[in-house]
Amino acid sequence: MATKVAKSPWLLHYDGSSCNGCDIEVLACLTPIYDVERFGIINTGNPKHADILLITGGINTQNKAVVEQLYSQMPEPKVVCAVGICACNGGVFKECYNIIGGVDKVIPVDVYVPGCAARPNAIIDGVVKALGVLEEKRKNMKGGAAE
Amino acid sequence: MVGSMIGIVLYLVFAPFVGGLISGIDRKLTARMQGRIGPPLLQPFYDVRKLINKEILLINNMQFLFAWCFVIFIAFTGALFYGGVNILLVVFVLTTAAMFLVLEATTTNSPFSVMGANREMMQMLSYEPMVLLTAVGFYVATGIGPHDGTFNISEIITHSDIPNVVYLPGVFIGYLYILTIKLRKSPFDISMSHHAHQEMVKGITTELTGGMMALIEISHWYENVFLLGLVALFILCSKWWSIPLALIVCAAAFFLEVLIDNTSARVKWDLMLKSAWIITLVFGAINIFILQMF
Repeated sequence: MATKVAKSPWLLHYDGSSCNGCDIEVLACLTPIYDVERFGIINTGNPKHADILLITGGINTQNKAVVEQLYSQMPEPKVVCAVGICACNGGVFKECYNIIGGVDKVIPVDVYVPGCAARPNAIIDGVVKALGVLEEKRKNMKGGAAE
Repeated sequence: MVGSMIGIVLYLVFAPFVGGLISGIDRKLTARMQGRIGPPLLQPFYDVRKLINKEILLINNMQFLFAWCFVIFIAFTGALFYGGVNILLVVFVLTTAAMFLVLEATTTNSPFSVMGANREMMQMLSYEPMVLLTAVGFYVATGIGPHDGTFNISEIITHSDIPNVVYLPGVFIGYLYILTIKLRKSPFDISMSHHAHQEMVKGITTELTGGMMALIEISHWYENVFLLGLVALFILCSKWWSIPLALIVCAAAFFLEVLIDNTSARVKWDLMLKSAWIITLVFGAINIFILQMF
């Protein structure tokens, strides 16, 4: 399965209204213990270079537009990975007046990684799952035009 | 003539592979220095293959033109160098190529790209005097003894059986210093860093997507092979043993750059400019001045 895009997934990490618990776990993936660069994963800060949008925390009324813009700036094929229970459905903040809900309320989400906070192992597992989706999307993008 | 054609063809065909491999070794070395396992050796090739398979979002058509001009002129620079022609010409074409990257970033009108472009010009201002002095240094060094000085690269190699670095130790140190800027290594990676989460995102390459980014990556591979070739030019002479020695010195210089990259934080542009010019003046200019007296 490891072809074309799956061997070099570049991440864009966006912190929605997260409590920072999941963010720290995402950053922990980069440390020597977990070292996601083994899989060619790079944490890029640039949506234009990114293949996977990793969002932690729920969507609120203020960051809705930001998330939509980040998603629209990413070139195809792209996948969205919601990390942590807040990004999946709003979590403990679900009932708050400013929270719209999970990431899937504004952009399509391909992989859900639950947990509070999501453990690095789970995040890496989610990203690896996202790679399969990414490859699938690339094939559909070509749509039999070239291949 | 035939020799230089072979040099040009070999460079144009194999430099991307060698450059990509060097880049892979760089990432592996960096990871090991940080106590990580690191990506596979061929990771830069996977990255470029991925980028080619991505959608290209162009800001404007000029971006397309300038990115292509950049890769063509960088390849042209290296081709002239490995073809063994005039080193001054090589230096001037290199500057032209660098300007195309600056133009590409400026046309996008993105604040991060434009900031990267401004900083890239600061970097050019820092390294350009030393690059020119390197060319002049070779001219002066080849002028020692019975010969006239020459800018011709094949004559620089064949004119004597003593490596040029013996006459040009100061120029060599100066060139190694600006090599850090040219290879975009910390502490001088101020216009575009390989590492994430910079204050200016990805600097000069922020607005490049998919295949366009792949082009820039490939031109950096071309550029790195050319820059290491210039290191080798300090060592190469008419004796056979200079070839393995040059390879060893190139590897050592590259290792040194990776080590510096991993052990230093980036500096502000003014410190880069000042230090690069001081090194240029102290090591480069004084070295050439002393040679002139003979």
